[in-house]
Amino acid sequence: MATLTPVSRKPFSFVGPVMASAGAVLGLFVGTANGSGFVGVLVGAAVLAAIAWALMQFSVPERIGRWSVFALFAVAGFLLSGIPGLVAGGLAGWFYGWFHYWLFEGRYRAKLQPYLTSGQVLWHYAFRVICGAIFVFLITPILVVLPLSFNAQDFFTFTPEMLRFDPEGYSLKHYRDFFTNNEWQRSFKNSLIIAPIATIISVSLGTLAAIGLSQSHVPGRRAIMAMLISPMIVPLIISATGMFFFYSTIGNFLEGTLGLDKTFVGYVKVILAHAVLGVPFVIITVTATLVGFDRSLTRAAANMGAGPVRTFFKVQMPLILPGVISGGLFAFITSFDEVVVVLFVGSASQKTLPWQMFTGLREQISPTILAVAAILVVISIALLTTVEFLRRRSEKLRGMSPG
Amino acid sequence: MKKLSPVLVLAAAAVAGSATAQEMTIVSWGGAYSNSQLRAYHEPFSEKTGVTIINDDSSAEAVAKLRAMNEAGNVTWDVVDVVAADAIRLCDEGLAMEIDADTQLAAAPDGTPASEDFGDLLVSDCFIPQIVYSTTFGYRTDLVGDTPPTDVCAVFDTATYPGKRSLEKRPINNMEWALICDGVAFEDVYDVLETEEGQNRALAKLDTIKDDVVWWSAGADTPQLLADGEVIMGSTYNGRLFSVIEEQNQPVAMLWDAQVFDLDGWIIPAGLSEERKQRALEYVYFATDTQRLADQAKYISYGPARASSAPLVGQHADLGIDMAPHMPTDPENAKRTFLYNYEFWADYRDDIDAKFQAWLAQ
Repeated sequence: MATLTPVSRKPFSFVGPVMASAGAVLGLFVGTANGSGFVGVLVGAAVLAAIAWALMQFSVPERIGRWSVFALFAVAGFLLSGIPGLVAGGLAGWFYGWFHYWLFEGRYRAKLQPYLTSGQVLWHYAFRVICGAIFVFLITPILVVLPLSFNAQDFFTFTPEMLRFDPEGYSLKHYRDFFTNNEWQRSFKNSLIIAPIATIISVSLGTLAAIGLSQSHVPGRRAIMAMLISPMIVPLIISATGMFFFYSTIGNFLEGTLGLDKTFVGYVKVILAHAVLGVPFVIITVTATLVGFDRSLTRAAANMGAGPVRTFFKVQMPLILPGVISGGLFAFITSFDEVVVVLFVGSASQKTLPWQMFTGLREQISPTILAVAAILVVISIALLTTVEFLRRRSEKLRGMSPG
Repeated sequence: MKKLSPVLVLAAAAVAGSATAQEMTIVSWGGAYSNSQLRAYHEPFSEKTGVTIINDDSSAEAVAKLRAMNEAGNVTWDVVDVVAADAIRLCDEGLAMEIDADTQLAAAPDGTPASEDFGDLLVSDCFIPQIVYSTTFGYRTDLVGDTPPTDVCAVFDTATYPGKRSLEKRPINNMEWALICDGVAFEDVYDVLETEEGQNRALAKLDTIKDDVVWWSAGADTPQLLADGEVIMGSTYNGRLFSVIEEQNQPVAMLWDAQVFDLDGWIIPAGLSEERKQRALEYVYFATDTQRLADQAKYISYGPARASSAPLVGQHADLGIDMAPHMPTDPENAKRTFLYNYEFWADYRDDIDAKFQAWLAQ
């Protein structure tokens, strides 16, 4: 982007305090890790203010200034906590060097409109910092899991070897455990049986319900809708208790009177229970897409001689497909992540992945759980990317979007 | 079955109709403990009888789930592993079957009847003891300086051993330890703890270290905290500490002083069909005989509940170390011990629990 506003150098009375407050943030973390957050804040602020003062006082050229700040932080980090400190310190030094000259040269205004007041400029950047912080908050727990899953020890701990980046500290043994351990394999297989079937059931029922409920002539639409989405609102533990007794009776009937196999009935119970949990998500997303659906299209189809079923599959379904797919994804994830209901309704032969993770966590904090979590994260990302890619491709093919 | 694709399994299961295969569901705690049972009991039993055993890791919820199953008239469990306190409760509620030790359990190899071989450990008519485990302390050898603790009161001595300690988030055991370290004689602990004054005294002692305590609720917490170096000492089950020390090679050592023994064993749910009941009885007869109990100690460091099993305890199956010195019942480790006082805690648990929770929240 072109420069909108001419920039000018700023005085120390501006650069100093801003650098000091940025230093206080880093100082808070370093200080807390070393005993006292308060001292850390003071030291961090003082050090950064001193650096800013020194760089401006001696008019250090930018290239040299940035390299020296980088080196200073890297060395300080190394002295504090070895190799990991070197990396963290280097990153911090690179950032503060850049930050100083960004402030000092007044570049922060360059890409903004010239008429903005200082307050507006401050808000412009504060807004971005807040957004970034929220993002970090959401993603850090997931990122922490990934390296821990390569731990060579059986604990949720960054060992000294790992922090030194010593290959000895890393191992694939938890992944090996997941792929070779019968319990994990059985529960993974169970999840792969239960989740897709439950998803198909909830997508079919949910889509039909949403279409029905979007007709204006259905009596008591709101009441029915409220009932159907109640599994989403009622605390899960309550649904689970109710389902336990309900499905016990059904199970007794299927096993006792019809003489079906115990394991098979177990699967039926869990799949039905999960389908019920998934239905609300499908109803909500499909209802949302139906709002934008032009009813005259179905009348046009009927006019040309198509029956209701044909109209649905040829006209309505393709248009509401994005809603159906995202509802299906939610239903799938609900079933795939669900632990409470399956604990109640299922028996040991229906043990799903979350159940296995839950017992693993309670009985022995085994990093195999982290390895599984890492695999699931990768699968989810792949799944969502594929669906999104297919959706865009079909939109492009049908000329619905320019992209 | 394992090699078939999931869809095929489902289809086959549906076609097969009523169950013909002999199956039983055994409920236990999961983790290394279930694994030791799998190797010492389940595998030889399946080999001998052809019964397929399904392992359900639900012992933590056993009481609640058995109640619900009983109410729904659909008990799916055949044999359940529970701690003695839970067995007593289940027996009182009529949810577990009564067992006659002498006729339904194996006698010792020398002919001693089972009731004598288990002795005092038969704490309930429904309970078939399996192991003796203990709740005891482990400490970080690299964080305690030159004088490693030998006495349970080190836990309360924050001057000599500064740092966090982890204790279980319940009054049981903690109150006893607090009183001992407040100068109460070993044999008087429960007499003192019966009184309001004694309870306050125990809480006052715990109060001196309250700021230094990390409270745990799952057996896996303390090993994790010790491995992290987050605490310098903490209580947990002795088998967990064995695994931290011998299998994970962490700088941790045991403080056996004033360990509290507790029992874990089998119950058979009430109301099983005759066929399932016979199979369950056959299983417990097999799994609690002298050799089988001694075998379990090859895989985990819990003491066999039969007196006749103790001399048969050998070496760890994978590590090849002698297991006898790692048993909580080893004379060297058991110089000063408690046995979990079921009667006392049955009478006072609710009362002291309320006080303890109120104190925690202060």
